[in-house]
Amino acid sequence: MHGYAGKVLYVELNTGKTRIEPLNMDYAKKYVGGIGLGMRLWLDNSKAGVDPLSPENPLVLAIGPISGTIFPTAGNGHAFVAKSPATLGISEAVAHGTFGSEMKRAGYDAVILKGKAEKPVYLWIDDDSVQLLDAAHLLGKSPSETEDVIKEDLEDYYVRVAAIGLAGEKLSRIACIINEKTRAAGRTGLGAVMGSKNLKAIAVRGTHDIVPAKPDEFMDMVIEFHERMKGPATRKYRTLGTAENVLVHNSLYCMPTRNYNNSHFEEAEKVSGEILNERFVAKIIGCSSCAMRCEHEVVVPEGPYKGTMTRMEYETLWAMGPYCGIDRLDAIIKGMELANYYGMDAISAGVIVGFAMDCYENGILSKKDLGGIEANFGNSEALLQLLEKMGKREGIGDILADGVRSAGEKIGKGAEKLAQHIKGLEVTGYDLRCLKTAALGFAVSFRGADHNRHGAYAFDVKGKVDRLKAEKGRGNMVRDMENLYALIDSFIVCKFSRGTYYKGLSDMAKLFTLVTGIEITSKELDKSGARIITLARLINIREGLGRKDDTLPWKVMNVPIPDEGPVQGAVVKQKELDLLLDDYYVSRGWTLKGVPTKTTLKELGMEGLLKIVRGKQEA
Amino acid sequence: MVKIHERKFVSADPEKCVGCQICEYICSWTKEKGFNPLKSRIRVVRVNQLANMAVTCRRCEDPPCVAACPRDALKQSDETGTIILDSDKCNGCGWCIEACDYGAIMLHPETKVVHVCDLCKDEGEPQCIKWCPEEALTLVTSDVLAQKARITAVKKLFQEARKKK
Repeated sequence: MHGYAGKVLYVELNTGKTRIEPLNMDYAKKYVGGIGLGMRLWLDNSKAGVDPLSPENPLVLAIGPISGTIFPTAGNGHAFVAKSPATLGISEAVAHGTFGSEMKRAGYDAVILKGKAEKPVYLWIDDDSVQLLDAAHLLGKSPSETEDVIKEDLEDYYVRVAAIGLAGEKLSRIACIINEKTRAAGRTGLGAVMGSKNLKAIAVRGTHDIVPAKPDEFMDMVIEFHERMKGPATRKYRTLGTAENVLVHNSLYCMPTRNYNNSHFEEAEKVSGEILNERFVAKIIGCSSCAMRCEHEVVVPEGPYKGTMTRMEYETLWAMGPYCGIDRLDAIIKGMELANYYGMDAISAGVIVGFAMDCYENGILSKKDLGGIEANFGNSEALLQLLEKMGKREGIGDILADGVRSAGEKIGKGAEKLAQHIKGLEVTGYDLRCLKTAALGFAVSFRGADHNRHGAYAFDVKGKVDRLKAEKGRGNMVRDMENLYALIDSFIVCKFSRGTYYKGLSDMAKLFTLVTGIEITSKELDKSGARIITLARLINIREGLGRKDDTLPWKVMNVPIPDEGPVQGAVVKQKELDLLLDDYYVSRGWTLKGVPTKTTLKELGMEGLLKIVRGKQEA
Repeated sequence: MVKIHERKFVSADPEKCVGCQICEYICSWTKEKGFNPLKSRIRVVRVNQLANMAVTCRRCEDPPCVAACPRDALKQSDETGTIILDSDKCNGCGWCIEACDYGAIMLHPETKVVHVCDLCKDEGEPQCIKWCPEEALTLVTSDVLAQKARITAVKKLFQEARKKK
């Protein structure tokens, strides 16, 4: 067998029993791997309405067919899949590094973690040998510290580890799973799912060879893509990195600032990617088999946070910077380090602090409520103090650690309106009021507010459409991008390499065939993308989500952009959102309630799942 | 016999190495037609996010690995300085591994005899150097390394002197 390892590992955490089942090749062909395969396996192993933090919510770890090869970026991704404690729908979070390729060499396409261990454990996968080991000595440790201790315990420096921090142990709904110190399966709180299973970490060592089905042609393709990786398609990631977006978004007035009170940050120059690179970036490193490298490692050279070292990207910089009105890069970097230390999704963590600051400035949360913190926008000390409280779940941090939706409901007094989220997941760094293709992509994203499920902002930001207009045709655009992004996360390759697939899906189809030996056309691949998105939709319907949840944050629909500039007054009206949703559902072959029709499911070869939506398909 | 000053080996520039492991993948592919870092003759070490470096055989003068082998399974080529293994004699005891200061000679996970970089003698040039996307790997002699270090040090000195002005 090529590409696929051909095995799925089941681990019963309560008994420690493990078993291996052959990979269902029909699933592999239909759902590829990564998030697609992971969601399909999750569905088979779960019941409707499952509590995300109960033992009955399996945590699936899935690898892609390209993993473990030398193909640029393709050796290195892995996906976690489970029902999200943040969104209460299906969710996935992908991370890169070396963990995924090691898991492939250990001989597994997926690992399904079921039940809950009686006491804290970590999972040690050493090829065929699978054990649960005591994790009492790891409790309270950061993912990075956990990784170091496990490597010492197992006496192997090359063991790869993915772990949760204190936030995951304490079931924070923004907890993430971090591998290799700085790579996070960040969004939707899957670290809490891991924590709810008393599972502190997964360590893996794999010793098997990975051999593509058609080695000579495969290596020719690799050589070509190595050249492409050095070309214009990856320039941004190799140079300033994603932090380049700060000034780009700011100049377009599409950078949510101070919890969406503005769309433009007057101090953006101080926190730009340019300044970050000039003063703080110490090294740019790469994941396994990358051929480009993008990971900007920053070190604070002086001042109160001297010596702080972490990875920095646009989203996290934005969330802890402009979104909180903060213009000090050293404090933002410290905030990022704290998020990694406690194992919190740094995007959500920053957005939550922005929310708390908005509540404070509006008199909804008092200094007393905040444990003595004067949480004005721009107060970088307050950012760090609130992050500490969230990480430890102390005081107000206990409420904030579950995300803005939950915090808004608990705090009340209008705080709900200040909670900028979709389906319970905090927003990311794109002001949706003036990016209406992105707004649709965000609204329909199965895992909630997120740019990584579609990348539809590109049409708006690059000026390929009128970004202030909601019109027919955007549905098709979002659909195609969603299909592509679902495939990228199922292969798994890196989204930063997407531009190197000059021929788009036909390049991807060729790669798939050369590695796996399974013939596939670009059309069939697109269909797989559609199938993966439709599968996520079906699961969300089973879990009670529907059109009502395909919506936008309150401010996006109720507070027009106040800033003087090119997009002043922009907002997304309900009528506009409805038009966009209708257009999208039609392009997907779903009813206007957002339910996949029988015909669509048949076309996608998903008749077997028809029972989930039976009786719900009337338009 | 090749003199120590002329002996070439693969060296990684830690300033350029990003820890991507492409050298490991291409090495195991070249040697064994499979992607597997454990079968690579060059290994990447990431001490922390800032300290990345690939390490392989330095072709030492009077190589300790050769001296340590109790079965005379290793010898050094007079012509190139390459460490040559007689796999029939090697029983995987690991004395050479213990003797090597660089961890550059390793036990093969399947054959259970040691393996070490031979500069891809069958391919004409080291594939890791050819494939490294960062151009971090070069074939050098110790003289070249010393020259490079001197030049870097002096350049740095003058830059700092200029800054102070």
